[in-house]
Amino acid sequence: MKFFRILGRSIRDAFKSVGRNFSLSLASISCIIITLVIVAMSIVVSYNVENISNVLREDLTIVAFVSNDADEFVVKKLKLDIEDISNVDKVTFKDKSEIKNEMMKEDEAFENAMKTWDEEENPLQHTYLVKVKDIEEITETATAIKNLDGIDVVKYGEGMVDQLITVFKVAERASIIAVIALVLMTMFLIVNTIKLTIFSRKREISIMRLVGASNFAIKLPFVVEGMILGFLGSILPVIGMIYGYKTLYTYFGGKFFTDIIKLVRPEPFIYYAALIVVGIGILVGMLGSSRAVRKYLKV
Amino acid sequence: MEFIKFNGVTKQYKNGVVAIYDLNLSIEKGDFCYIIGGSGSGKSTLIKMLYREEKPTRGEIILGGLKVNKLRNSSVYKLRRKLGVVFQDYRLLPKSNVYENVAFALEAIGLKKRDIRPKVLKAIELVGLKSKLRDYPDNLSGGEQQRVAIARAIVNEPKLLICDEPTGNLDPVMSMEIVKLLEEINKKEGTTVIMVTHDKTIVNKRKKHVIALKEGHLFKDYKKGEYIDEIL
Ligand SMILES: Nc1ncnc2c1ncn2[C@@H]1O[C@H](COP(=O)(O)OP(=O)(O)O)[C@@H](O)[C@H]1O
Ligand SMILES: [Mg+2]
Repeated sequence: MKFFRILGRSIRDAFKSVGRNFSLSLASISCIIITLVIVAMSIVVSYNVENISNVLREDLTIVAFVSNDADEFVVKKLKLDIEDISNVDKVTFKDKSEIKNEMMKEDEAFENAMKTWDEEENPLQHTYLVKVKDIEEITETATAIKNLDGIDVVKYGEGMVDQLITVFKVAERASIIAVIALVLMTMFLIVNTIKLTIFSRKREISIMRLVGASNFAIKLPFVVEGMILGFLGSILPVIGMIYGYKTLYTYFGGKFFTDIIKLVRPEPFIYYAALIVVGIGILVGMLGSSRAVRKYLKV
Repeated sequence: MEFIKFNGVTKQYKNGVVAIYDLNLSIEKGDFCYIIGGSGSGKSTLIKMLYREEKPTRGEIILGGLKVNKLRNSSVYKLRRKLGVVFQDYRLLPKSNVYENVAFALEAIGLKKRDIRPKVLKAIELVGLKSKLRDYPDNLSGGEQQRVAIARAIVNEPKLLICDEPTGNLDPVMSMEIVKLLEEINKKEGTTVIMVTHDKTIVNKRKKHVIALKEGHLFKDYKKGEYIDEIL
């Protein structure tokens, strides 16, 4: 109960001093806003990238066509060779007669043409369908398979996949660097805001010490003040993020230019992301103020 | 019964100044004790070690059975709750009125609002400021401001009240009123009072236990009622 009285007092004091040091508080809050906007964008982008690469990982297959010159032994051995490549996850063999049957089922035109083929004449090739573990290395894996004896051609979603992944990776890395730089700058501003509060309340603090307030009770108002700054700074970014993402999602119809790239549905994703953004705001505020308290409030 | 005891206490500040040297003294429970001595004789240092604003370099300080010098920094607040301190410059909150200034001491240690009120009113009544509850420090005389500071120091009913030159900024009439107030608190509440002063006329009029310091040494420990004639 005593804890809550002290907490209540701290919150009251903290709000008062946010008002009292309004211009510096505002600077801190603005800095937090900028930081959190970038954080919010990073979360949205990287979660979507994560989602897309998961989808791609599931869908993307390397199709390796076996040369028609290869004898039965070579065809069997190829399976083992492909499985030996480190990035290979799963290998499925498709017999050319099997492929023929599938194609005949799909299209009448094929059916009519293929009916006449017997096993010897079938011009289709045996194929291996290969799933990879790490999609980023699919190019290397495809090349390795192509280099095996008995493989004619390999096909996979070349080009587009590579480019997309590169773009996302660069964006992700840039935003991480921006976030770190901004977090540091924000902390610096918060430390200074709290420092000013500490100095403006020097007498109060010395009296609190004199009458036997616990260290916790002395420190808490300042830490709470930092958390309040963080919280206030997170309001605009969170609103912007929720409405922005929802609008974007509707505008693009849930996908990003092509059908392959599906955006993550806004609900409930964006609400969890909002919680994370608020959490980061409060945490940065708390860390900044704890630092100031440790530095300027020798208890 | 010994309430306060200094055993071979030495205090050397970081700059090398030895403010207290090998001091032995004891003060009884319920005592009213003056600490006198010239400027720089170590009076403030002595009492600062008592409420653990400073730590002795050597020796032992015992207060009500508690080894003050052994206290961990994180536990100092427990000691502070058992004593009250008053300074020459009052140290009030200028933007708070009399009531708020006194209540602040109890709010700071997390007391309930409804427990705070009666205690604050009682302390303010004891120092004779009941009619100035809503006045701000700026509108009070020096003597009245010091009364507020005393009310704040005693509001939590401490066992010990420490005053560092409480009359230093006051004229002789006001000074005597403050001294009489402290004596009243000492008698009524049984609070042990330690008052630092360099005003020998007060000390000689009141005939109490007097500890005289000179250049960090115990110059003389006068029993209650002894006349102080030495020039310090
Ligand atoms: N914080 C400090 N750091 C260094 N020296 C100090 C400090 N406080 C007091 N002193 C020195 O210690 C001596 C005693 O000071 P003090 O206890 O304040 O004496 P008094 O209260 O009797 O005037 C003085 O020489 C003073 O300069
Ligand atoms: Mg002094």
